[in-house]
Amino acid sequence: MAYSDKVIEHYENPRNVGTLDKNDPNVGTGLVGAPACGDVMRLQLKITDEGVIEDARFKTFGCGSAIASSSLVTEWVKGKTVDQAMTISNKDVARELALPPVKIHCSVLAEDAIKAAIEDFKKKRATRQQP
Amino acid sequence: MLKLPIYMDNHATTPLDPRVLETMMPYLREDFGNAASRNHAFGWKAEAAVEKARKQVAELIGASDKEIVFTSGATESDNLAIKGVLEFYKSKGDHIITLKTEHKAVLDTCKRLERVRQERLDELKLLRLSQLADRDVQPEELAELASRHDIENDPTYRKWAELPTGGARVTYLDVEADGRVSLEKLAAAMTPRTVLVSIMFANNEIGVLQPVAEIGKLCREKGVLFHCDAVQGIGKVPFDVEAMRVDLASITSHKMYGPKGVGALYVRRKPRVRLAPLVDGGGHERGMRSGTLNVAAIVGFGAAAELARTELEAEAQRLTRLRERLRTGIMEQLDMTVVNGSLEHRLPGNLNISFSYVEGEALMMAIKDVAVSSGSACTSASLEPSYVLRAVGVEEDMAHSSIRFGLGRFNTEEEVDYVIRLMVDKVRKLREMSPLYEMAKEGIDLKSIEWTAH
Ligand SMILES: Cc1ncc(COP(=O)(O)O)c(C=O)c1O
Ligand code: FES
Repeated sequence: MAYSDKVIEHYENPRNVGTLDKNDPNVGTGLVGAPACGDVMRLQLKITDEGVIEDARFKTFGCGSAIASSSLVTEWVKGKTVDQAMTISNKDVARELALPPVKIHCSVLAEDAIKAAIEDFKKKRATRQQP
Repeated sequence: MLKLPIYMDNHATTPLDPRVLETMMPYLREDFGNAASRNHAFGWKAEAAVEKARKQVAELIGASDKEIVFTSGATESDNLAIKGVLEFYKSKGDHIITLKTEHKAVLDTCKRLERVRQERLDELKLLRLSQLADRDVQPEELAELASRHDIENDPTYRKWAELPTGGARVTYLDVEADGRVSLEKLAAAMTPRTVLVSIMFANNEIGVLQPVAEIGKLCREKGVLFHCDAVQGIGKVPFDVEAMRVDLASITSHKMYGPKGVGALYVRRKPRVRLAPLVDGGGHERGMRSGTLNVAAIVGFGAAAELARTELEAEAQRLTRLRERLRTGIMEQLDMTVVNGSLEHRLPGNLNISFSYVEGEALMMAIKDVAVSSGSACTSASLEPSYVLRAVGVEEDMAHSSIRFGLGRFNTEEEVDYVIRLMVDKVRKLREMSPLYEMAKEGIDLKSIEWTAH
């Protein structure tokens, strides 16, 4: 199967690969997928107290399309508010990267990772706010 | 000088040897005759060329030329062997034994035969239930009425069900952790109704060699025919139908540096093995495979077989050396890598390695100038990882991380060294990007995590 130029570009120059401190109260971590399925994505977002995403990092075990999807969403979420980031859908990712039908699930994983990371951040904040 | 891209996928197909192409050219030009034309020189020349090729192919496997049936390739040979034997020996029995790690050409042929039998039995049940209920029973009612009338224990139905169905019962044997069949398990699976054992010579993914001679001996003792899909091993490792007591063997030309679309089925004459043909027509190939012969391709196949025979020993040694260089070169520099399948009983040119925490398709994309293949689901339309790797007990995540290298006649030491450097570099890069590698390094047990499987 031939890859789109955008997939190749992100795959060869992935943006924001790395790790943030998962114990930082302002960092939300989303870990989605499963090794047995051949794809695991970890997305970490550093979110200000005002709810703006100021940094994003990923690590992904998966095919080139999964890596490209992760890389793309780290670019997209930076500077967005949590609510804005929640509206990013896998369809946007699949369209931007011109993913073929068999690779749609790789973009689904990226959407799930954003949601899981924000969820984790919100949970952390809720426990922090408890008196 | 190293030339890119590098082809290291010689289990998928092999390049045409230029010496083979030379022998084919006249038959694509001036010597275009039909080998079945008996009354002029064009036909005679074509026939002589085909008969020469038949001898060359026979000699490679220790057979006589009268035992070679030319086909369109090994898929057809596998179909012809299995369906042909089943049909011809249907009064003797309908049980086949094969392995879970066989090629799809064998497995899907067996599955079709199982389906044919099941459909026939369902028809018989409908017929019998209609008698018992004294009305026209509809297919939708089958399950309910079958249990009400306890059809499986109905003497009349049981008698009918023992008649030939045109299909087969099939046992798919597991293999051991090294990829080889256990002879005890094979013997134990045989029944008085077993007519055919179909077990491959060398596996196309992990290169594991089956104990063909021992299987042949066992089958001969038990009076069961033995078909061997020998595609991957012929011309690479010595194969002799007499010494190994093989009754039927599938061969294909394009895995031994010959042209695509031509192959053969070896069919034993002494003691004689009979087959019902799949393709009816002009009675070519002693009635076993009708259709005008593809003379140029058969000539190339013959030439490829002769080269394989004369160069086998030297090439096997050279490829074993290259394979070991590749294996040790990679494994000495990368931790957490595993060879899949037996290293001892293996094709010289095969190496199948899982690189933990790296996904196979991503890895292939990273080494795009090197043609290899992977057992990862991401590379397959079905999104299932390799059934061969699963059958030898490779965990799913490790199957996703597998790469198959297939070294062949035209690979060089320089290419191997380039591939070692590239693999080590790219696996390291991808591991830096892998959350699993990071977690494993931190000592987290990946099995203890609740993954969100989807
Ligand atoms: C073990 C085995 N059997 C059968 C086949 C099918 O051969 P062909 O391509 O000639 O139909 C192959 C090739 O993919 C193979 O590796
Ligand atoms: S991760 Fe398997 S297809 Fe993308």
